[in-house]
Amino acid sequence: MVNRIVVGAHYGLKDWIIQRGTAIIMAVYTVIFLAVIGAVGPDSFEAWRGIFANGFMKFMTFLFFLSLFYHAWIGIRDIWMDYAKPDGLRLLLMIATAAVLVGYAGWAVQILWRM
Amino acid sequence: MAEIAIKKKRPKNLDLLSIRLPLPGILSIIHRISGAVLFLLLPVLLWLFQSSLASPESFATFKSVVGHPLIKLILLGLIWLYMHHFCAGIRYLLLDLHKGIDLESARLSSWIVFGVSIAMTLIIGAKVLW
Ligand code: HEM
Repeated sequence: MVNRIVVGAHYGLKDWIIQRGTAIIMAVYTVIFLAVIGAVGPDSFEAWRGIFANGFMKFMTFLFFLSLFYHAWIGIRDIWMDYAKPDGLRLLLMIATAAVLVGYAGWAVQILWRM
Repeated sequence: MAEIAIKKKRPKNLDLLSIRLPLPGILSIIHRISGAVLFLLLPVLLWLFQSSLASPESFATFKSVVGHPLIKLILLGLIWLYMHHFCAGIRYLLLDLHKGIDLESARLSSWIVFGVSIAMTLIIGAKVLW
């Protein structure tokens, strides 16, 4: 594969599948979250915190965050590939995107386990 | 390689006022914009989430921030962006499975995405913001 084009948008079946997989996880979480909010109707700090103190919700919320960051990585990278044409700039933007998302993942752990 | 000059004048239609983007096209561009805006606001949203959970004091700060009328309006906009991305995303997943691929169904499902996402935004806004 000498002529492989490595800079076009939307290549990579693996990424395509991961973007769909993470989308499904987030969609399911959204439904669960809205159902829990609807059922609990949290109106105080204790009630709100109680939702995320629950082991199942903590796990699901963390899974949601990880899916979100991976999903956003693929999506934003596609957007840079469409609009940021100079290779240097594109690389810089991709690195910055990956860097903040890894940072957010650490932040999410801290929020959920130090609350 | 790509040096073949194209001499013939081709008709161009980039008159923005005469281009009518069809509804699925509008849905698509809002899907991209919503993904990008939500990404850019992630630090703010994570900060809000953290404040709401860290301590009773930070929760009070959170409450006063999201209680501001202007912030409420912005949050309502963000809820709509999320709901649009969510509903349009599910539509894309179905299209990927070749469900509703013909023009008629694709138009109809675009209307449904706009209707459902706006309705959900109003319900959630009424429940949690006001
Ligand atoms: C329930 C939650 C979500 C679902 C079901 C979902 C679904 C999808 C789908 C199916 C795509 C692919 C569209 C395509 O290739 O044309 C996509 C793209 C994208 N998503 Fe999401 N998503 C969700 C949440 C989010 C969130 C919270 C963010 C941002 C922080 C996000 C950011 C993006 C971005 C930037 C793209 C790329 C857009 C483009 O290429 O035009 N998504 N989403």
